[in-house]
Amino acid sequence: MTPDDWSAVRLTAQLAALTTALLLLVGTPLAWWLARTRSVAKPLVASVVALPLVLPPTVLGFYLLLLMGPQGPVGQLTQALGLGRLPFTFAGLVVASVLYSMPFVVQPLQQAFEAIPERVLEAASTLRAGPWDRFFSVALPLARPGLLTASVLGFAHTVGEFGVVLMIGGNIPGQTRVLSVAVYGHVEALEYADAHRLAAGMVGFAMVVLVALYLASRRLGTAPGSSEAGR
Amino acid sequence: MIDAHLRLPRAGFTLDVSLALPERGVSALFGPSGCGKTSVLRALAGLERAAGRVALGDEVWQDDERRLFVPTHRRPLGYVIQEAALFPHLSVRQNLDYGQRRASAGAQRVALEPIVDLLGLAGLMDRRPHTLSGGERQRVAIARALATGPRLLLMDEPLAALDAARKAEVLPFLERLHEVQAVPIVYVSHALEEVARLADHLVLMRSGQVVAAGALAEVMARLDLPTARGEGAGVVLGAVVVERDAAWQLARLRVGDGTGDFDLWARDHGLPVGRPVRVRLLARDISLARSPQSGTSIGNQLHGSVEAIADDEHASLALVRVRIGGSAVVARLTRRSAHALGLAPGLPVWAQVKTVALME
Repeated sequence: MTPDDWSAVRLTAQLAALTTALLLLVGTPLAWWLARTRSVAKPLVASVVALPLVLPPTVLGFYLLLLMGPQGPVGQLTQALGLGRLPFTFAGLVVASVLYSMPFVVQPLQQAFEAIPERVLEAASTLRAGPWDRFFSVALPLARPGLLTASVLGFAHTVGEFGVVLMIGGNIPGQTRVLSVAVYGHVEALEYADAHRLAAGMVGFAMVVLVALYLASRRLGTAPGSSEAGR
Repeated sequence: MIDAHLRLPRAGFTLDVSLALPERGVSALFGPSGCGKTSVLRALAGLERAAGRVALGDEVWQDDERRLFVPTHRRPLGYVIQEAALFPHLSVRQNLDYGQRRASAGAQRVALEPIVDLLGLAGLMDRRPHTLSGGERQRVAIARALATGPRLLLMDEPLAALDAARKAEVLPFLERLHEVQAVPIVYVSHALEEVARLADHLVLMRSGQVVAAGALAEVMARLDLPTARGEGAGVVLGAVVVERDAAWQLARLRVGDGTGDFDLWARDHGLPVGRPVRVRLLARDISLARSPQSGTSIGNQLHGSVEAIADDEHASLALVRVRIGGSAVVARLTRRSAHALGLAPGLPVWAQVKTVALME
């Protein structure tokens, strides 16, 4: 593998790790809210979160490009704050990935939270646990299988993204050239052997991750979350 | 005094109750399913937001006029529901610790050992909830609530989800709890049997309203209430074991609170002399006579006078309340018999009690 390829591997891993971390930070409260709210805004918010599932990545990338570009509102904001422009930077890729992988993190978490019986949370409040306490001592531990699924899917999906990266990140080595783009580049240049090395590696990675997730969720599934429902 | 005025619109009716419950012993909220008992309990706990006022002694938990609403987690209460709702990710010990730790912040830590002993949990402490039987789970839930050192224990049909065998397993624990713990209990149930065994104070509810409230014996002896209908109708009386007849395996119980006491013979369950018990006399097991009977197999004959007569559910039957000393019993007769005996309020009669159900 060329140094360029290795840099693509490193960059992809960084992007996916950072994106997953940010998504867990943002997505957990959002999923909790979606799971418990009776607000009329819920269907709207849930739909916005799910949009990347149905939209072509190029559409999402196109609008992000406009928003974050020099004339776009986000772009003007980042410039005003002295952060510069986001398109064609690593930071821009992170922002785009967070939005693009959002449903893969929020939805498993939301399902996990929804599966927690209301009476268990009420029991916690009759045992003197306030709202924050209930969340951290009961809801999060019980949502552990969902948390695992969300992290793995968020990470894996970010590794696999292509269209959005191409639209707003381009193909700058060491900055925005992630694995999927590198594969594309090799194929375009008819470097099939190089393309194979990266592509096969990604297939292998995806398989390992999914099998591990499947096994782990089966093990976790027999322990806490389902014990309540399964008896 | 547990003092509550609650209003809450429900599907089909408006819950509107005023409760004044003693701050000791077991107060039962009794009524058919859907009459709003559970909502009352949830509103007392602050889990459901009803309009009104809730106070435990001088501690006010809710007062809409003062815009005061103490959230559930700041109310010193324990709450036990039908399906134990244990934390599945924690062991029994950790479940007990959960509330104990939180409640003891700034207060005296409640000792766990007596509670563990009381509910017989010593062998279960390291188990996970899903490995426990329904009855065991319920005992853990009760212990978990007690471990917070509550000033009020709220129990919502804690036995309803259990089969008869499990019920029989948990009931003695509840009775012991009643004897040992000073905490007042509000107990929601639609099973008269449980109420008869556990309650000291009875609140009868129907369609969101309180139909009657008072001491258990008093309410059970009323002929105008739904509790006087059906197979379970009868009175519950407090008594003390005063003699044990080893030859016949019978125990003599003194019924009453000092004035106009009378004695009943019941099966000897091995309870020591001096032990307080309660007895349940079902209306269907009592017959009446104008004079003391001889040549009868019935050993318990009590002299009293007719206090009230009412029609029973079926047109052929009548309910007769007989005052015996300081207590009252209810007998179910055919109206023909009542007529033949010439029963009328004030008439002296002998009540013959076929079965005395002794409850510890």
